[in-house]
Amino acid sequence: MSAKKATAKTKKAAPKAAPVMGKRVEVKHISRVEGHGNIVVEIDAKNKVKACRWEVPEAPRFFEAMILGKSYTQIHQIVSRICGICSIGHQLCSIQATEDAMGIMVSDQTVRLRKLALHGENLQSHLLHVAYLALPDLMGVGSVIPLAQTHKKELLTLIGLHRMANEFSRATTGRTTHPQRLVPGGFTKVPTEAELRDMKKMLEDSIPGLEAASDLFASVVDKLPNFTRETEYVGLVSPAEYAMYWGEVGSTMDQARPAIYYKDITNEYMVPQSTAKWTKNKGESLMVGALARFNLNHKRLSPLAKGIARKLGLKAPCHNPYYNNLAQLVECAHSVEDSIRLIDEMLNSGIKSETEPKITPRAGKGVGAVEVPRGILFHAYEYDDRGRILNADCVIPTNQNHANIQKDFEALVPTLVDEDEATIELKTSMLVRAYDPCISCSTHFVDMTSAREERRLVKFVRVDD
Amino acid sequence: MAPKPKIAFFDFAGCEGDQLQVANLEEKLLDLLEHVELVNFREVMTEASDDYDIAFVEGSITRPEDEVRLKEIRSKAKLVIALGACAAIGGVNCMKNFMDDMEVREIVYGDMARAYPTYAARPAKAVVHVDAEIPGCPIDGKEFLRVTKELLLGKPPTLPDYPVCVECKAAGNICRYEQGKLCLGIITRGGCGACCVSEGSHCWGCRGLAPDANLDAARYVMEDQAGFSRIQVQDLMRMYLGYTNAPL
Repeated sequence: MSAKKATAKTKKAAPKAAPVMGKRVEVKHISRVEGHGNIVVEIDAKNKVKACRWEVPEAPRFFEAMILGKSYTQIHQIVSRICGICSIGHQLCSIQATEDAMGIMVSDQTVRLRKLALHGENLQSHLLHVAYLALPDLMGVGSVIPLAQTHKKELLTLIGLHRMANEFSRATTGRTTHPQRLVPGGFTKVPTEAELRDMKKMLEDSIPGLEAASDLFASVVDKLPNFTRETEYVGLVSPAEYAMYWGEVGSTMDQARPAIYYKDITNEYMVPQSTAKWTKNKGESLMVGALARFNLNHKRLSPLAKGIARKLGLKAPCHNPYYNNLAQLVECAHSVEDSIRLIDEMLNSGIKSETEPKITPRAGKGVGAVEVPRGILFHAYEYDDRGRILNADCVIPTNQNHANIQKDFEALVPTLVDEDEATIELKTSMLVRAYDPCISCSTHFVDMTSAREERRLVKFVRVDD
Repeated sequence: MAPKPKIAFFDFAGCEGDQLQVANLEEKLLDLLEHVELVNFREVMTEASDDYDIAFVEGSITRPEDEVRLKEIRSKAKLVIALGACAAIGGVNCMKNFMDDMEVREIVYGDMARAYPTYAARPAKAVVHVDAEIPGCPIDGKEFLRVTKELLLGKPPTLPDYPVCVECKAAGNICRYEQGKLCLGIITRGGCGACCVSEGSHCWGCRGLAPDANLDAARYVMEDQAGFSRIQVQDLMRMYLGYTNAPL
């Protein structure tokens, strides 16, 4: 109902704002992010912000409905297709939920290999984002392609790092995208000792490149807008390590809780001025992702990662969302060093060949929580006694960040009223990009686009019990 | 020198994993850019142009408004290439085609279901003429380069017409049926090198049916001979092959 009202308002406001000296910035389908998102900013002649919105017109894909009735043997492969970039994370989170529901325990070797897989994905996704998607803004170009002329050496270093991350993922999981070796209970195939040694060498050889990349970013760090807004940071926490694969759900404003309480942390509310549903816990919105993890867990970063954080001037607590890009680079260093440690442990204990584990399905409910590149990801399933899904819920990081992006807009845009439209467009686009949103994953994060493509407010609707 | 052909990428309902495979070509992508001008690739570049020769389309069509957009792309491009399983054969999105449309929407969006228009997912060729397909979930980067090269040379690209089993034998894998497992390699178009089977998994059918796939024989092998239930076979057949004539 109120969506209609809001549409009518927007339609009236648009022609009014244009004739006087107001400013209007409209980015339809923001580039260098995964999926489709729009930015709308309207500033009137008196420099008053009339509107600033973050919208998403992505086609809904209905994964939670599609997996109903499907067998536990297939689920992790289906949900992997939610996202091409974090397909490993979706698989691992799905497998965790299935194992939780069916009471399946896995070996130490499996846990180490899964952590390696997660590091591989973190590296490929972060490097793709900082190098190919975010860096062009800092270099004043529209894509990474012109850098092949102006900064060939640096670009080749970054490409080399990204290729290393892809090869590392392939060696661990069998493929870089939608991997095949990960299954509930373990792996269908494990790397050989020789392959592990090759991976270790590849990781060690990448360290100078990472140092060079952080030097490059340190030299342009002042191009990141100096904007801060305190918010609640949510992510996995563990007393044992920089939590990625498992832990409790921690917050900078709240006590840590087991993942089974995920709904109490990602709980949703309605905003009076719109029909959109938002997520929040203790603060007015919450942020997940590399910066959230850095703020929560920085003490457990590897030495190399701590050094790179110092070089980049990233200190916890950091409330500048643009610095998420820096936190991603810091996490790359951590992933490299922690992977080397995990490989050493496996080489010391000896790698055992695994065959596909035998599982007797049973009825039950389970929750998986994994840190994927863009933040904490939850999958929750209920299985029947044949191992077929009765209920499914997936809460994806970009959804959790949505309210935070909007709140950042509301704080940022009033500081930009004196800037020209191009600068407003760049700074708001950079803000969205800093979150590295993965909109094609956001099965519940779509606007109410009608068949006639009228502009509507963003909807955030999720399955409720 | 003749101007470089302009190429563009567009995405519909999908995970963008195929565009990622293109980005993952790394240095080879830079080599390709010596021969083409990239004018539209939202995932990696801000500049965009409506002037292009070859449009690579990713994702399946799930809403009437997507059809309009795809037809517009068709009208501007000389060649439209379906990129990946979703665009080429409908892909995983077609799983919802076997469920009641309104129920699917209600499961995910509750009482807001009516606000989310969707219809049976379909491949690009169900909406517009498609000049070539690069199948797979995700696509194989090498195949993308080969097909693109053939297009640039003005040759109609061809895909292998034999089933995955051919490459699986060449890869030295033990037949999944020998291990008591279900596998769609017997009816699926080859060209992937049996990459999933080689990693300890089985063929999921993501490259679509091989042109002469014998579905009757496949049903005999899967159900009568190997003893898999109708529902087990159906689960696998519906994962990727939902938009085919296969008896699912």
